[in-house]
Amino acid sequence: MSRARTATRPDEPLLSVRDLSVRFGLRGQESFAAVDEVSFDINPGQHLAIVGESGSGKSVTALAVMGLLPSRGVQVSGEVLYRGTDLLTCDRRAMSRLRGSEIAMVFQDPMTSLNPVVTIGRQVAEVVQRHLKVSRSEAFERGVDLLTRVGIPDAGRRMKEYPHQLSGGMRQRVLIAIGLACEPKLLIADEPTTALDVTIQAQVLEVLKELVADTDAALLMITHDLGVVAGLCDDVRVMYSGRIVESADRDRLFAEPRHPYTGGLLRSIPRLDSPRGQRLTPIPGSPTQTIPWEQGCAFAPRCAHRADQCTDSAPPLEQSEGRALRCFHPLTGAASQQEAP
Amino acid sequence: MSDPLVQVRDLEVHFPIRRGLLFSREVGAVRAVDGVSLDIDAGSTLGLVGESGCGKSTLGRAMLRLAPVTRGSVRFDGTDVAGLSGERLRSMRQNMQMVFQDPMASLNPRQSVETILTEPLRAHGIPYDATRVRRLLDQVGLPASAARKYPHEFSGGQRQRIGIARAVALEPRFVIADEPVSALDVSIQAQVLNLLDDLQEELGLTYLVIAHDLAVVRHMADEVAVMYLGGIVEQAGADDLYASPTHPYTRSLMSAVPVPDPAVEASRERIILQGDLPSPANPPSGCTFHTRCPFRQESRCHDERPELREVFPGHRVACHWAEEISSGAIGPHEVALTDLEAD
Repeated sequence: MSRARTATRPDEPLLSVRDLSVRFGLRGQESFAAVDEVSFDINPGQHLAIVGESGSGKSVTALAVMGLLPSRGVQVSGEVLYRGTDLLTCDRRAMSRLRGSEIAMVFQDPMTSLNPVVTIGRQVAEVVQRHLKVSRSEAFERGVDLLTRVGIPDAGRRMKEYPHQLSGGMRQRVLIAIGLACEPKLLIADEPTTALDVTIQAQVLEVLKELVADTDAALLMITHDLGVVAGLCDDVRVMYSGRIVESADRDRLFAEPRHPYTGGLLRSIPRLDSPRGQRLTPIPGSPTQTIPWEQGCAFAPRCAHRADQCTDSAPPLEQSEGRALRCFHPLTGAASQQEAP
Repeated sequence: MSDPLVQVRDLEVHFPIRRGLLFSREVGAVRAVDGVSLDIDAGSTLGLVGESGCGKSTLGRAMLRLAPVTRGSVRFDGTDVAGLSGERLRSMRQNMQMVFQDPMASLNPRQSVETILTEPLRAHGIPYDATRVRRLLDQVGLPASAARKYPHEFSGGQRQRIGIARAVALEPRFVIADEPVSALDVSIQAQVLNLLDDLQEELGLTYLVIAHDLAVVRHMADEVAVMYLGGIVEQAGADDLYASPTHPYTRSLMSAVPVPDPAVEASRERIILQGDLPSPANPPSGCTFHTRCPFRQESRCHDERPELREVFPGHRVACHWAEEISSGAIGPHEVALTDLEAD
């Protein structure tokens, strides 16, 4: 980490999301808040994880930051400040200049995010050509370099092939190559390894980790896998039903989860290093059993620490001791350590 | 010691690759399962681990004759299932049931839960009444009112419970669970795993749990078999296997699983495999893993296919160098990517 980080002062956040809300719903219908009052900062070079289950709003948050949500039936409010520019209000041309060169995204499923009828080479070179204004042959050569850097053997030949000719792991590498083609300051990775086998996942995470360190990019990792977070990210935000319920740095969160949901997640995962036959402590119910945040805590119906207060009013996100917590009755230090596996 | 409940011997499942429209001829075969032998004791759980394409699901399906058996035998309680057909096979299936991965795809959306649960009973001509359905639902932790609902009215975890209730409806002795939790949300997985545990105890079931997730298998299994490219590369008691994995593939698989603990993640040794799974239609010569193996030694690994042999008591490994690797005499080395491309 000796290389100087360019342009941005280290004390100023690279991306600052303030009170981001995304509501889905057509006119005349009651809308539904997929993301609600979400705020977080990413500093240059920081690796931040947003953790949640399906329906928690983690992917919608990423799409909103990238400006990739459809305009029909979606209301986005709040601020997404990238080095002082609000991405939600800036015009489309400015946004598409930023996308790809300053902020890039890697999606979960490489088969649906690569164009099946365009060669790998053209898809990689397209980004380079568009943002770096270089000639076609130069872009192609850079593409070969990029593919080699993400560990694709015989990159020159692969450039001429189509996505279906590559394996899943290779396709994900191609996406990472495209994402990092212009050395963006911020890379958003939405479940980049969920579709992959464990050994391939380990390869891809390694490549991602190396390249992000090489280019000094900040990483926003969207995932449901706490194991991936433990190995890759410095800071964690846990989302439940559209809101951030706990936010802490990695070591603190894993050592001492305070929100009952975070604690429950950590206790319910079968671990490779836990004694065999140990009974798991599941979180009862399912993520669909929620109450709207306006009426109380959305996790209350599944929570073992629930009190009357939890279903009467919504808990605010409160800061204390370097973490933020949205809970009236958090796990106490001793209890969370004891209960954690 | 009584005989194992399930005995698989030299099982092969090959899917022919045909060419030509009018006179189609076989030009090769995908060797999905290539000579697998294993035993499962009554009342125990065997975990079968491997990555996608290694043949673990095909092996499970072949044991129930849901996939065609090319060669070999599957003895269930002394009867060779692979040789049965027609009515005898059908009645045999009463004892062997399956829980599928995706409950949305394996439950008929137009059937009520009651119909889904009683269909196996009707198919085998077993009389039943409403109490039987209630008891089944109760066993898997669903309310009696669920009987009249349809699959879409349930959450993923509840649907998987229905799938499990259907599998145990016939009071089978052997249940194969193929990726029972991989389609479920993290917070739900533990519920379903605990349910499978409870049912095993309550009904005395024998399980084959197929999964790609080593942590899930570790939680469930007494004995674990690791599969790579159609063959078993290592098999041992679960504690033994996880404490001292010996085959290079098992080692790298184990080191690749992320652990939700930053301290463990930072300290442990990682073996990152190069390249992808080779095609089972054209498997590498000799040891099928030699193209990606960080412990590969010249020529023998390339030329000679290792047998699955007992290296330590109760611990079988298919590797020529198992003893040397385990004692540390052979260390891992870099695998050049060009080697992978050549195969």
